[in-house]
Amino acid sequence: MSLPNFDQKAGLDRLRMMERIRAFEETACRAAIDEELVLGAIHLSIGQEAVATGIIENLRRDDYILSTHRGHGHTLAKGAQADAMMKELLGREGGCCGGKGGSMHIADFGVRMLGANGVVGANITIAAGAAHGIKLLGGDQIVVCFFGDGASNRGPFLEGVNWAGVFNLPILFVCEDNQYSASTLTSDMTSGSIADRARALGLRTTEADGNDVTTLAATAAEITARIRETGTPEFLMAKTYRISGHTYFDPATYRPEGEAERMQATTCPIARLREALAEAGVSTDELDGLAQEARAEMDRALDAAREAPWPADETAFADVQDIGSPLQEAF
Amino acid sequence: MPVMSYANAAKLAVAEAMRDDPTVWCVGEDLGRGGVFKQYTGLVEEFGPQRISDAPISEAAIMGAAFGAAMAGTRPIVEMRFADFALCATDELVNQIAKARFMFGGQSRAPMVIRKPMGMWRSSAAQHSQSLESWYTHIPGLVVCCPATPQDNYSMMKAAIACDDPVVYLEHKNIWSHEGEVDTTKSVDFGKAALRRSGRDVTLVSWSHTANLCAEAADTLASQGIEAEVLDLRSLWPWDKAAVFDSVRKTGRLLVAHEAVSVAGFGAEVVATVAQNIPMKTLPKRLGSPRGLIAYAPNLEDQMRVTAPMIATAAQDMMENEPA
Repeated sequence: MSLPNFDQKAGLDRLRMMERIRAFEETACRAAIDEELVLGAIHLSIGQEAVATGIIENLRRDDYILSTHRGHGHTLAKGAQADAMMKELLGREGGCCGGKGGSMHIADFGVRMLGANGVVGANITIAAGAAHGIKLLGGDQIVVCFFGDGASNRGPFLEGVNWAGVFNLPILFVCEDNQYSASTLTSDMTSGSIADRARALGLRTTEADGNDVTTLAATAAEITARIRETGTPEFLMAKTYRISGHTYFDPATYRPEGEAERMQATTCPIARLREALAEAGVSTDELDGLAQEARAEMDRALDAAREAPWPADETAFADVQDIGSPLQEAF
Repeated sequence: MPVMSYANAAKLAVAEAMRDDPTVWCVGEDLGRGGVFKQYTGLVEEFGPQRISDAPISEAAIMGAAFGAAMAGTRPIVEMRFADFALCATDELVNQIAKARFMFGGQSRAPMVIRKPMGMWRSSAAQHSQSLESWYTHIPGLVVCCPATPQDNYSMMKAAIACDDPVVYLEHKNIWSHEGEVDTTKSVDFGKAALRRSGRDVTLVSWSHTANLCAEAADTLASQGIEAEVLDLRSLWPWDKAAVFDSVRKTGRLLVAHEAVSVAGFGAEVVATVAQNIPMKTLPKRLGSPRGLIAYAPNLEDQMRVTAPMIATAAQDMMENEPA
């Protein structure tokens, strides 16, 4: 049943973004499996698209986000170009990091996406610091830090969240709870509740259905407005589910049989939003059209990336450091 | 020219930089009370608690948050209290700060000074005494410096704050009170050694407090008719190969001394680099701590020390035991 004040235009925008995220990742997977064009690991957020979409739509271009190794969705939602991202995944010239970072270090400082991170939980203290920098400089931006449920078991979670509370910083910590720490069920390795940890550190904490983009976006709108107003950090638990394996080549046989299929059928955020839009009167053709557009965009991005050259060899030595640079002395 | 302590020379550099640039700030435990070695005394009164910021005992967060603030446009000076404690923030320094600019294809910079008071002082035992400078020289992305004098602690701190690269700044704890003249107009470039003494017989290469011990040893050697040339590298990455090569070409003998463990210490790097490039009259030598741990009891602690007499004796041996 559709919500009484269901905003159809916003719904279509959200569906478009979620379809783009999914199409980006499915295209990257195809490029990896069929053509061996993506050489390193890629961590997929299939099934988690609502978290990036619903939260980031509330940010300004000059607000900051920091992401995880599973960061394609956050990066696209913040406004990065799929072309440059796909080139990065293929390690090509024109990639957003010049082919030096790949999927796990994807970043676009132009839209203030300060990087995915290959180390679980490491972005939490850095994000708190970006908010600290904003406060020192007297800025009015906010920071959103995405991390997974597994990251809450690392030290930087405690240190970074405490830091934001102590210094009263304009940051939203988003625990994107996809229920798995690589191949381990997070609840098997977690004492107590993650939300309670945040509450114990003094942060106003909200728990939300991370697969319902409509209500998640509304919740995030309230929270981000409050952070912008008060400059005080908050914490959001967004419960979701990782439909794919840890990496694209992980068959995820550690999950109970049928779990992923059942979850996909019942919780997939794209399916749920399509249903709501259909009930609101949007035609199947229009809904399918959004998915087709997204796939076409990502196909074009892959075509462009496939044609792009490798980065020049000498760039392996560039952008390390100015003083004692390997361009001058590597030995 | 004013005379000041090694600690106060760095403090003056920090204060001047903070007056010149409102984006420079310091963060670390106890800074509001002057820092554990009083190297920040008085700064909070001038700059306030936002720019001389206390911190929780959270080394990873101090390092990580300073890095985030650097990417957001500030220039943090990070105080780690003891070099040993900085190991709690190793991921932040090695995996994040050192690599960010490269991994993100040049989109970011981390203009940071990371102060790590190092070295043996008095009975501080195994977790408050280490010299780990060679670790950081191994990490591309980092600048590493080890000032030995008040002048260099002023000039190099100025250079480190102005630098757009992350600088691991290792001050020696045993010389905070050492006094010397400081010329505030004098600048130092990273990668330029200081010639502490000229000599024709043997080249002594060192850094940090051991450079002072080499100068002392050179006095002893001079009284025995041996003219040692003493080079204080001051920065280990980059390091002044040209100055060392020139000196060894002249003397034909190389002795590198440092406080850190000899095995895989930076002395090994210096000796290997010189040996690959410059013919010498004698085998080169490095002098460092045995690969043992630093104890509390003074006599046990002394087993790990490199002293001025040891440096002088090693140099004498090189003069006497020359192969035919």
